[in-house]
Amino acid sequence: MLGQSKDYGKTKGLRLNYKIISEIVNDGAKILDLGCGDGTLLKQLIDEKNVRGIGVEIDQNSVISAIEKGLSIIQGNIDAGLKEFTDKEYDWVILNQTVQSTDKPDFVIEEMLRVGKKVVVSFPNFAYWKVRFYLFFKGKMPKSKILPFEWFNTPNIHLLTINDFYEFCNKRNIKILQSVYMTRAKVRHGMLIRAISNFFTEEVIFVISR
Amino acid sequence: MKNSVGIVQTQYIHIDEPLNLDSGKVLPQYDIAYETYGELNEDKSNAILVLHALTGDAHAAGKHNPTDKKVGWWDDMIGPDKAFDTNKYFIISSNMLGGCAGTTGPSSINPQTGREYGLDFPVITVGDAVKVQKKLVDYLGVKKLMVAGGSMGGMQALEWATTHSDMVEACIIIASTSKLSTQAIAFNAVGRNAILSDPYFNDGNYYQNEKQPERGLSIARMVGHITYLCEEAMQNKFARRFQDKDKPDFDFNIDFEVESYLEHQGKIFVNRFDANSYLYITKAVDYYDTAQCYGSLEKAFADSHAKFLVISFTSDWLFPTYQSKEIVNALVKAHKDVSFCEIKSPCGHDAFLLEFETQTKIIKSFLNKVDHIC
Repeated sequence: MLGQSKDYGKTKGLRLNYKIISEIVNDGAKILDLGCGDGTLLKQLIDEKNVRGIGVEIDQNSVISAIEKGLSIIQGNIDAGLKEFTDKEYDWVILNQTVQSTDKPDFVIEEMLRVGKKVVVSFPNFAYWKVRFYLFFKGKMPKSKILPFEWFNTPNIHLLTINDFYEFCNKRNIKILQSVYMTRAKVRHGMLIRAISNFFTEEVIFVISR
Repeated sequence: MKNSVGIVQTQYIHIDEPLNLDSGKVLPQYDIAYETYGELNEDKSNAILVLHALTGDAHAAGKHNPTDKKVGWWDDMIGPDKAFDTNKYFIISSNMLGGCAGTTGPSSINPQTGREYGLDFPVITVGDAVKVQKKLVDYLGVKKLMVAGGSMGGMQALEWATTHSDMVEACIIIASTSKLSTQAIAFNAVGRNAILSDPYFNDGNYYQNEKQPERGLSIARMVGHITYLCEEAMQNKFARRFQDKDKPDFDFNIDFEVESYLEHQGKIFVNRFDANSYLYITKAVDYYDTAQCYGSLEKAFADSHAKFLVISFTSDWLFPTYQSKEIVNALVKAHKDVSFCEIKSPCGHDAFLLEFETQTKIIKSFLNKVDHIC
């Protein structure tokens, strides 16, 4: 059983990822964007969905670019937790393409679930067939457009698969409210056969809550 | 002078009414020295009050005379197209209460005795200084304003945002804290002790004497300068080089470049600063604690509707980043609009006066955002 499938044509990569998240988030919501980089997504959400939001980012130059976009940004390390944010303060907490590079993904996700009513987590799926074949045939750490680094300089220290994430949520009683599977410009919502989605999906966006 | 506010003049107002101080004492009357740059717009909504650090004065930008070698203390940041753009904003800068550059302080004449106050001057607080600034702002007809300052100036900006929450639209706090660390108080104590134990201090009555407590004040400044730098900055600037020689003299005169630097800083300081003012202002800084009257920092911000920008510097160990983060965290908890950036710099606490390019980018964008929303 497959869910709805949609082809986004020329919208690929990060731009597609931002577009999907912008479709997921509701109008006027209060948003916390963790690891927000230069604030491109947050700015898009403010412009398109009229959200109110704040970003957290560790890199100084990204923080400055985000402030130059007129955003409210706090420089900080999300691995240190979200102590300053109160319980269920945000409608949405977003961790876009960042969970795999945190020191303590479990702690970060728990903290997000504490401060957010809904949480968006996206990551590259390490069980994507091209990644598997890369390792299988080349016998080397897989590299691709969304995994461009060498083994020795990659920030992606906690790579994971769709199955890993399901198992993680199951064990911790985290509800998966929505899943969006992306491969290039193809986007499938709520595909039910997990083994297939785990094999054919390059990148995934989950909406979770507790 | 491109991008300069040009030739400016310090102006003065006399306030002929008593000022009730936090200590319970009363200052019967006082003067305020101030400068302004740019034009106040018609609806009086473009004012920015900039607040100086420990030993600053009202002269924040431009020159007093075309032949002046030095420009105002924040000239890099204030002027046409600069961070605080005088084409858009009306910038106000005043000398702090207790200072020695025009605003009433211990070196001013006590109207009751006809002589300098000396130690008869009442002990003042950062809160008292802000009360005086409020008088100035009222006098200029400003009803809403933005406030900005580094170091002690940041403390005053905090005090403004919390005590005049109805007036403050934006607050920029740079290399500052809501309360000094124990270590910072300790350094101030050493500085004050150097002054108090100078043989010419004479219980603060030295103004008419031939000898002034210059050595004490210059040692206080030397200690201060060590805290404004950091190990890396000192290493970069002086390393272990000897001053104008290759080998040591085997005596107790100046050997190292760093000694010569401190000596020089101490010497030039006594020409422009008053020893009593140093005692009063460092004490005010030591006492300051934004949260004290409110119970917590978060509660202190409760009534504020200002947008906040907090900036710290990686190598600043006098006002370290964690103190800025405390302010930021309290603002987030109080659901206020805040941005925070820790700027990488090897310059120590002094970075807030030196790293103007990065600060300009951040502050310009922040003020633009405030303009959009107001």
